[in-house]
Amino acid sequence: MREFAYQRAGDVAGAVAAFAAAPGARYLGGGTNLVDLMKSGVESPERLIDVRGLGLDAVEEDADGGLRIGATVTNSDLAAHPGVRRRYPALAQAVLAGASGQLRNAATVGGNLLQRVRCGYFTDVTLPCNRRVPGSGCPAVDGEHHNHAVLGWSEHCVAVHPSDLGVALAAFDAVVSYETGAGPGELAYAALYPPVGDTPHRETSLPPGALITAVSLPAAPVAARSRYRKVRERASYAFATASVAAALEVRDGVVHDVRLAFGAVASRPWRAHAAERALTGAPATARAFGAAADAELAAARPLPHNGYKVPLLRNLMVSVLTELAEEAAR
Amino acid sequence: MRVTLTVNGRRHQADDVWEGESLLYVLRERLGLPGSKNACEQGECGSCTVRLDDVPVCSCLVAAGQAQDRDVVTVEGLADPGTGLAPVQQAFLDAGAVQCGFCTPGLLVATDDLLRHCPQPTDADIREALSGNLCRCTGYEKILDAVRLAAARSGETAGER
Ligand SMILES: Cc1cc2nc3c(=O)[nH]c(=O)nc-3n(C[C@H](O)[C@H](O)[C@H](O)COP(=O)(O)OP(=O)(O)OC[C@H]3O[C@@H](n4cnc5c(N)ncnc54)[C@H](O)[C@@H]3O)c2cc1C
Ligand code: SF4
Ligand code: FES
Ligand code: FES
Repeated sequence: MREFAYQRAGDVAGAVAAFAAAPGARYLGGGTNLVDLMKSGVESPERLIDVRGLGLDAVEEDADGGLRIGATVTNSDLAAHPGVRRRYPALAQAVLAGASGQLRNAATVGGNLLQRVRCGYFTDVTLPCNRRVPGSGCPAVDGEHHNHAVLGWSEHCVAVHPSDLGVALAAFDAVVSYETGAGPGELAYAALYPPVGDTPHRETSLPPGALITAVSLPAAPVAARSRYRKVRERASYAFATASVAAALEVRDGVVHDVRLAFGAVASRPWRAHAAERALTGAPATARAFGAAADAELAAARPLPHNGYKVPLLRNLMVSVLTELAEEAAR
Repeated sequence: MRVTLTVNGRRHQADDVWEGESLLYVLRERLGLPGSKNACEQGECGSCTVRLDDVPVCSCLVAAGQAQDRDVVTVEGLADPGTGLAPVQQAFLDAGAVQCGFCTPGLLVATDDLLRHCPQPTDADIREALSGNLCRCTGYEKILDAVRLAAARSGETAGER
């Protein structure tokens, strides 16, 4: 590990100023991703600016039904928050489906969103990887990629975004608030991760030095009946091979409102707009759910060793929506 | 850098700490507390679990500076020196949940935390609470027995009170 300096920022303005003054700085949340990557040499910041003491650790409930989640709220506190569990159950379920208790106790919301990919070539600094070293190549395309992307990838990088939390945020139109030296800004969560294209090393659309301060969720009555389901290689404590966040409102047997996002299948949590369009106004039946999944997955381009993800995702989406529809009918 | 923190109720100070050291390293190599174990060093095995400001974390992924002025409880802090082993420790021994013992300190800290929040856990609660702790020896059945035993015993003492 390279030499680096550690400092605690006392307020948001101080954190942003410290970052601007130190080229090669990184904000530090819980450290569960950054400290790990520093050990393996993937990250070698010159300065860590610890943001846990900035007072961004509250979840606020808006009177209109939305939520504003501070960037340093721990994943455990987020999942336990009564307002989150009531208004966006899929969000709490997604957080609890990730990592382990020890890691969720340390991990922050900001760090979760900016955690880096879990591709084995990315984390091994002796190997080429376009995301880590631009232009060095992507060995995963012809190599080990059974857990890589089936949607939205480019031949320059086929890694998937690992966050579970992010899948629920994508389904519910979250907005990311940030602070820079030039003042505050906002970005739709859907736009946080730019398309991979030929620049997989450009991992976010945030301006340089931006400190994430909060993530807001607009009011969404449909989200009160929502679910996150994750498939992984063991029953607990593993990254997803595929996951679905879904919310469904049925009126008189017809889909009135629906939200759908997929995890572990693209370089960002994948909002399933085509499936949502196909379903809105359709009968709430397994058949219609399957047709909607097919509409979304028509764009899928599996790699030689991850074709299993396409039927897995289809079945997952149909079963989650079927359960939600049955519960609504009860 | 100098790191000052409270460990098992006592103020400690470590000097000349390198920023790149983990809390786990500081505990083991600088403060003479080798109970927390160092196995994967990447958050995957839980053998380094300690309570940090009252919640269990993987101390291998906590940078030394992050621990400044914070409150740590390690496996060494579970037992009351006056009364001998903590009930969870005794239950692990009695149930035969210890083989090589490398995973045991982390499991004890995680189990202690589970039983504080959930004195009568279901098997599902136990499995989820301990899912961040890997054991390569026991096959986990004896560990589940140990947690059930600790919970049953604390239920009995609660009943006697
Ligand atoms: C063994 C293991 C298993 C895991 N399993 C899962 C899983 O199943 N599902 C899942 O979703 N995740 C999983 N994770 C990942 C975990 O969720 C992340 O490591 C964690 O959420 C990162 O949060 P942090 O606060 O520790 O981030 P840090 O490590 O502190 O930071 C991560 C990145 O975010 C940046 N950053 C942090 N805060 C801010 C901010 N406020 N503004 C701007 N930048 C910021 C940092 O500079 C860094 O680049 C796992 C991790 C491990 C080690
Ligand atoms: S898939 Fe992406 S992260 Fe993995 S080796 Fe290729 S470029 Fe690197
Ligand atoms: S040594 Fe910390 S989790 Fe394995
Ligand atoms: S007893 Fe050996 S690893 Fe658990």
